[in-house]
Amino acid sequence: MEWLRLTPVEWDAMRLSLRVAVWAVLLSLPAGIGAAWVLSRLDFPGRRLLDGFIHLPLVLPPVVTGYLLLLTFGRNGWIGGFLYTHFEFTLAFKWTGAVLASAVMAFPLMVRAIRLSMDNVDRGVEAAARTLGAGPLRVFFTVTMPLALPGVITGSVLAFARSLGEFGATIMFVSNIPGRTQTLPLALYTLTQVPGGESGAMRLCVIAVVIAMAALVSSELLSRRHTAVLNA
Amino acid sequence: MEVRVSRRQGQFLVDVDFAGASSGVTALYGPSGAGKSSVIGMIAGLARPDSGLVVVGGRVLFDSARGIDLPPEKRRLGCVFQDGRLFPHLSVRSNLYYGMKLVAPAERRIPPEQVIALLGIEHLLDRSPKNLSGGEKQRVAVGRALLISPAALLMDEPLASLDPARKDELIPYIARIGREFAMPVLYVSHSLTEIRRLTDTVVFLRNGRVERSGHPAPLLRPLLSVS
Repeated sequence: MEWLRLTPVEWDAMRLSLRVAVWAVLLSLPAGIGAAWVLSRLDFPGRRLLDGFIHLPLVLPPVVTGYLLLLTFGRNGWIGGFLYTHFEFTLAFKWTGAVLASAVMAFPLMVRAIRLSMDNVDRGVEAAARTLGAGPLRVFFTVTMPLALPGVITGSVLAFARSLGEFGATIMFVSNIPGRTQTLPLALYTLTQVPGGESGAMRLCVIAVVIAMAALVSSELLSRRHTAVLNA
Repeated sequence: MEVRVSRRQGQFLVDVDFAGASSGVTALYGPSGAGKSSVIGMIAGLARPDSGLVVVGGRVLFDSARGIDLPPEKRRLGCVFQDGRLFPHLSVRSNLYYGMKLVAPAERRIPPEQVIALLGIEHLLDRSPKNLSGGEKQRVAVGRALLISPAALLMDEPLASLDPARKDELIPYIARIGREFAMPVLYVSHSLTEIRRLTDTVVFLRNGRVERSGHPAPLLRPLLSVS
């Protein structure tokens, strides 16, 4: 089993990938829930445009998304430049930049899943809550959200998996710096480019499969538990 | 209770004007498609009339002339819907108390123990709404609406989805509510049998308009002979 032992670089890549994926999900969750609610419940001019914009990272080549992120959030970009000159803060070539790239790439998947389950929440039950004295915000937190929870779980797992696999946008936006921005897929790619890297690549492969399976199984357990509560 | 509302929905115009009894059951009767549910929706604040006036218990809930339009959560009207609409993720107990908790303790006139006893739902409190029978669900829905100590109870065909035996089981409860809590109840139905067992006053709707209203006896006799 000697060949299963990870080198420091591989450990770094795995830890970084997990950290990036967890943060990407946590940070995009509030926005994802908000966007899903807007798309599911509000009807306004420009709704389709917003829908299209949110879905853009799903259909664009990831490298293009990464390049656009570099143009806006790089040190010379209009947001990135502002952040750098005023707060000396930058995302470019940092692991936080990898979080942003992953979050943007995973956002449409998350929104789709949450929106689907919000569409299935009975509007009549929400109306009943209003007549019982609950304002719109209370209805959202006590009725809509609990009933849409399976979609939130599914959306989070999809986003987590997508973040874990992020390659194109990440390498474009934050490059491939071992220990800083070299996530698991980037490390795997790098290993395949050097002689003798095959066993390292194989190990990273196994890790990716294990993490993905674990995420899938735990989401299955979570939503089964939730359904059990609903049907108890 | 004073209701004068009009609302155009596509080709269909609902334009009604009636007064409900200040306590006891007033029935809103009419064939399906007469606009009964939309009238209830406008009183509850779930649909907005194009123009009109809604006054319940001396409180103006909607007045287009003065630009008053209280949101449903501010109207304090207990609503019971045809399909129950219990919260599937909450226990029966939490369903019952959902609205009551949002009412200031000083304004709670109706004690939960009395409602639970009246509706005979004590043994259901820890159950989930998912495994209740249709009749049990509606009893919980009635209790949930009563516990907000409402200014009036609006019931939109609460028995329509039940089989005859369940209907018989529920009607006495509804009849007792009007008496025991001295509260106006607006009861929507297209069933004469239900109405005859419940009410003092009937408002007869047809094609979105009030055709007749008054005491049920003279009103129902000609209708019965027709049917």
